Amino acid sequence: MSKENTSLPLEYRTEENRLKVFGFWIFLGAEIMLFATLFTVYFVLTDRTGSGPAGIDIFEMPPVLLETFLLLTSSFLIGLGVHAMRIGRVKAMIVFYILTLLLGAGFLAVEIMEFVTYVNEGATITTSAFLSSLMTLLGTHGAHVTFGLLWGIAIIVQVVKRGLNAQTANKAFIFSLYWHFLDVVWIFIFSFVYLKGVLG
Amino acid sequence: MSMEELFEPMKEPMIMGAAVSIVVGAITIVAGLTYFKKWGYFYKNWLTTVDHKKIGVMYIIVALVMLFRGGIDALLMRAQTAVPENNLLNAQHYNEIFTTHGLVMILFMAMPFIIGLMNVVVPLQIGARDVAFPRLNALSFWLFAAGAGLLNVSFIIGGSPDAGWTAYFPLAGIEFSPNVGNNYYAWALQLSGLGTLMTGINFITTIMKMRAPGLKLMKMPMFTWSALITNVIITFAFPVLTVALALMTLDRQFGTKFFAMSDGGMDMLWANLFWVWGHPEVYIVILPAFGIFSEVISTFSRKNLFGYKSMVMSMIVISLLSFMVWAHHFYTMGHGVMVNSIFSVSTMLIAVPTGVKIFNWLLTMRHGKIQFTTPMLYALAFIPIFTIGGVTGVMLAMASADYQYHNTMFLVAHFHYVLIPGTVFGVLAGYHFWWPKIFGFRLNEKLGKAAFWCIAIGFNVAFFPLFILGLDGYARRMFTYSASTGYGTLNMISFLGALGMAVGFALICYNIYYSFRHSPRDENGDPWDARSLEWATHSPVPEYNFAVVPEVNQLDEYWYAKKEGRDITAGEYERIHMPNNSGAPMWMAGVLFLFSFFFVFSVWTAVIVFGIATLGFMAFRSFEKDHGHYIEVAEIEATERQLRGDK
Repeated sequence: MSKENTSLPLEYRTEENRLKVFGFWIFLGAEIMLFATLFTVYFVLTDRTGSGPAGIDIFEMPPVLLETFLLLTSSFLIGLGVHAMRIGRVKAMIVFYILTLLLGAGFLAVEIMEFVTYVNEGATITTSAFLSSLMTLLGTHGAHVTFGLLWGIAIIVQVVKRGLNAQTANKAFIFSLYWHFLDVVWIFIFSFVYLKGVLG
Repeated sequence: MSMEELFEPMKEPMIMGAAVSIVVGAITIVAGLTYFKKWGYFYKNWLTTVDHKKIGVMYIIVALVMLFRGGIDALLMRAQTAVPENNLLNAQHYNEIFTTHGLVMILFMAMPFIIGLMNVVVPLQIGARDVAFPRLNALSFWLFAAGAGLLNVSFIIGGSPDAGWTAYFPLAGIEFSPNVGNNYYAWALQLSGLGTLMTGINFITTIMKMRAPGLKLMKMPMFTWSALITNVIITFAFPVLTVALALMTLDRQFGTKFFAMSDGGMDMLWANLFWVWGHPEVYIVILPAFGIFSEVISTFSRKNLFGYKSMVMSMIVISLLSFMVWAHHFYTMGHGVMVNSIFSVSTMLIAVPTGVKIFNWLLTMRHGKIQFTTPMLYALAFIPIFTIGGVTGVMLAMASADYQYHNTMFLVAHFHYVLIPGTVFGVLAGYHFWWPKIFGFRLNEKLGKAAFWCIAIGFNVAFFPLFILGLDGYARRMFTYSASTGYGTLNMISFLGALGMAVGFALICYNIYYSFRHSPRDENGDPWDARSLEWATHSPVPEYNFAVVPEVNQLDEYWYAKKEGRDITAGEYERIHMPNNSGAPMWMAGVLFLFSFFFVFSVWTAVIVFGIATLGFMAFRSFEKDHGHYIEVAEIEATERQLRGDK
């Protein structure tokens, strides 16, 4: 642990750092299983709308496109943040990370408005099995984004206070993996929930 | 819910007795620690430890306690059904007992026993100083303990789950199970399941990244291989359980319609999700036992393991197949000929790699100088008894024939014939085998063998009659039956067998006390003349495991080094970096226990408070600066001298 391999990027330099990145990839594997199960539940229940509305009746594409735009851009920005970190530009990195979180917060705001619209239209989580599975899938993703916002703030505070070192770089890099993962999940939600739902 | 309702279960004398014994036990422990002034020692050395060996020991202690809890459930069930129309238990109490017996034995006995042995042994077998994430490991243990605590609290406050350990909907739904029992089910399993998932991630990282120099994957001891494959299954199966339990909570406490019988809900979805996790779970508890038997058989036959590569391959094939057979648990629920046939074939396929392993063990023993030690006896008994379990499994795998056996005692006998010789004999073999590594002295062999014979004979007497009863049409989970059915005699025999097993487990307990008092202390750290790396260091193992990390060039390196007179632990000491202890995992699990407890009763203000407290713990961990500490060379030298017994 004391031995640093300086030929590697900062976030990989210590033994502990390499273990953490590897372990986090395994964790993301578990997360894939988690979302795969939720998607399966959604696909099984998607036509079981009971007396409630179907996807085609309630999905509205403009806010969904806005959510997609916000989240995909944030994923791009955190990529720039990691690049800035690797070339040692701490200030640029912090700015990119803050922008990432702002766009993430924007995503969340639009998603909450979307949920409010559904509820006002009488489509609640208890209306039908379809809506239960839809809102649980979206809600789990939304909860991950919310947790990501809290986590991201903690990371930024640490980078600002402690500067870039093997520990903070490692944390910032792992957070970027998490954030990209949420983006990938959203792409699946966008394609297989919304697009498929609207096309019928 | 009023206080009256909350403590409703206490009105039953038997539960009252259990509650009193829990309280008396707790008071004894607290009073004992206070009287001997051991609180500081206990907190510093055990409750806050991040040492994989101590965490492993704590896992095994809780597993043994749970073995007795589940064992008493089992004795009560056998006693209730020993004679026709018995009134020892009423129907509701019987429902609760067979539910908690299954939950406790699978999730709070078999799993922690296996994870405990992995914790103790795997880092030693690969020559590592600890697991990859020691703090996370402590959190895994404490989450598991919190889940176990929650399930046991349910008996006294609010009522136990009573819809079977599979908790099928619609029975487990709010409509037919309106009390909080199944809320407890969801949260107890959720907490311990999260702990298990963390263990999975931790051990994959440990085994993939922290092996001693030269220790290639195909040179690893078989137990470590089984641990690696098991943890991969854990990591991919447990998220499914997480989702299933979350959906159960949503359905029961928030009125969603996933498994409802109206508004488009689908009750069979629960059965599918449960068994997509549940069948891999069977292999999670059996594969490490296979690993233990491989170590034990090879050690006590004085031969290397026959067919090493095929052993590894068969475990990998089993782990893949384990995800493709889940629907065989409910052939009779009407998913058609095609689906049943596919699952029937995939289920029978599992017999092939398992058969490969059986023959490998037999061939390992061939021409070996077999030593009949206690662990070896368990391994030897395992092979024929497990084969009976396997063969009846193939019978059950035939979908059309299964209509006859489904939900009868034949099924119950089958899975006990797999899980007891497989998992229970496996962990008991491992427990006797590695005990001297942990504590520095062997368990008494005479008592160990006496216990083995009680358990092995008692087991067959208890469970073989159930095959016959099942074929005669005796359904599982019936709390009683009429005398005219003629089931009485075989049930009575089965009860007597259960008593025999109880005597065996009592002897195992007595053996701890007896050996602690009388066993000679182990001098060289290798009492069995064994093969893998864990025996190369001292017993009990020092905090840092190996003063010098050994280099490994082949399977059973330590064995060959012994033969050739090499010392693989010789070398220059360097200072060793170790992680710091921390109380945070225990306190965080405590907070999550309270979070779950209040969630069970839908007390939302408390849920929010403890939820925020949990986030607080995570923030604390994120901001904490913890660089561990170093053990200096002088201290290593002193420890090594003392452990070698130098004057």
